[in-house]
Amino acid sequence: MSENSGTAVLDPPVTDRPPAPVRRKRKRHKHNLAGYGFLAPWLIGLFAFTLIPMVYSLYLSLTKFDLLTAPQWIGFDNYVRLFSDERYLQSIKVTLLYVVASVPLKLAAALLVAVALNRGLKALGFYRATFYLPSLLGASVAVSVMWRQIFSKDGLVNQFLGLFGVEGADWIGDPRYAMWTLVLLAGWQFGTPMLIFLAGLKQLPQDLYEAAAIDGAGRFTVFFKITLPLLSPMVFFNLVLETINAFQTFTPAYVISNGLGGPIDSTLLYTLYLYLKGFGSMQMGYASAMAWVLFLVIGLFTAVYFWSARRWVNYAE
Amino acid sequence: MRSKKSHWRAHAVLIVVLVAMIYPMVWLVGASFKPENQIFSTMNPLPLAVTLANYISGWTATGTSFTVYLGNSLTVSLCTVIANVASCSVAAYAFARLDFAFRRFWFGLMLGTMMLPFQATLIPQYTIFFNLNWVNTFLPLVVPYLLAYDAFFIFLMVQFIRGIPRELDEAAALDGAGHVRVFFSVILPLLKPALLTTTILTFIWTFNDFLRQLVYLSDHSRYTAPLGLNAFVDRASGSSYGGMLAMSVVTLVPTVAVFLVSQRRLVEGVATTGIK
Repeated sequence: MSENSGTAVLDPPVTDRPPAPVRRKRKRHKHNLAGYGFLAPWLIGLFAFTLIPMVYSLYLSLTKFDLLTAPQWIGFDNYVRLFSDERYLQSIKVTLLYVVASVPLKLAAALLVAVALNRGLKALGFYRATFYLPSLLGASVAVSVMWRQIFSKDGLVNQFLGLFGVEGADWIGDPRYAMWTLVLLAGWQFGTPMLIFLAGLKQLPQDLYEAAAIDGAGRFTVFFKITLPLLSPMVFFNLVLETINAFQTFTPAYVISNGLGGPIDSTLLYTLYLYLKGFGSMQMGYASAMAWVLFLVIGLFTAVYFWSARRWVNYAE
Repeated sequence: MRSKKSHWRAHAVLIVVLVAMIYPMVWLVGASFKPENQIFSTMNPLPLAVTLANYISGWTATGTSFTVYLGNSLTVSLCTVIANVASCSVAAYAFARLDFAFRRFWFGLMLGTMMLPFQATLIPQYTIFFNLNWVNTFLPLVVPYLLAYDAFFIFLMVQFIRGIPRELDEAAALDGAGHVRVFFSVILPLLKPALLTTTILTFIWTFNDFLRQLVYLSDHSRYTAPLGLNAFVDRASGSSYGGMLAMSVVTLVPTVAVFLVSQRRLVEGVATTGIK
């Protein structure tokens, strides 16, 4: 904040005016009118684009609905059908695998690089910015196109492996590997959690490290006994955020599989299947039921994180 | 004190990681300038002979020019930025400075919406916009942001406003300024760093957004850059890699340019909002 020219309006300071009348007792809230005035756009948006759609979506999930004809009430049929829909079960399997593999990979990479950067290195700004760039561009179609080419049969990765005499697989075309290219793509985007870890590391009290050095603690002991526990609030924050993000991943799976989730549904992430059902075959009631299940699952994950936080997140000031 | 030697080791490790991360992007840019038959023949990202053929053929390969796609993307992104900055700052002022009934309740609800997967509202929103006849226009992409749809930015600005000394508002209030005056002449000027972070992030996120645009835009003349590129991928599959890679680079240029201009502010912004 360097250019605060706007505050000049306030000068010179006013000293000889009576204080503004205090009317605490009569009205508990001083700015009801102004408050709701300023809040109005958000409030309207909240109802129009979030709350009412949520309720509407719950209703749609209990109907058969193809957008063009009126929704037809079928009770819990959609939910029941979900659990006998093999593609749906496959999409759950794929998504859980993706979340469980990509989130720890991303956070581990973020933490390692952050710790490596946090030594008062020169050129910190350059490193930070460059490591951050992929997470900024990662959601784009262009990066997914790039990834698809790199992992293709004659792509960059296999050329690199060829240097060591290893013959690489067809990573994108082989159902055993396709998902792992998506996991790697997520890992590649560790920049955002890295920045958050880095900011946390800067605030750690130095005296603990000095004490540990005097006690002759090794680097690993210091990391696991001091750094990691002190950083646990940031680990928690990143874990929640990245898990929610991972559940919603769509673009890379869509681009890499040509919008189909293949080969043989190995990259059929939840959101991709939801899109195919809702907008591909216009089964919007069914897709709404899927959306509600996703909402509940993410809520469940978040709740478990918060519940477990008491055991491992260190909130000592 | 850490030794110089350990610094060198850290640099060495970091540079290896960095090169591995950046190599794909360098390769992408290099490949886009290579003749088609050399793209997959070598790991060397530098083209032996630079050609613009991929850009020329790719630019119009889908039947609609990338000029149209890029123009649409810029229109959507800029409108979203303006809408988002305006609506979120107003809401943030209310949350950070005004004392009104149920404030805590609304604030909690606002934080809650940040965790809401947007798929949860995708279908009902689509139904609403479909019935308004807004599908295949930019309205469904922009109008929600006019009403502070993305709570993340409200939160970001609330945190920032809380850091502005209250004495400044109070002094202005003593001068007879109402809330509107205080907001425009005290808070907004001081909020500039947060507004800039919001502008940059909103621009990049909107420009790179795919699912929402895929759902709402169906006409090639309305397609944004990601949709145009995707249409290219659908059509090309196997034939014209050069053009596809060139157009990938083209769609990345605006966001990378914004990043390069603003990277310092952006990196600081992300680091500080992450930890409150």
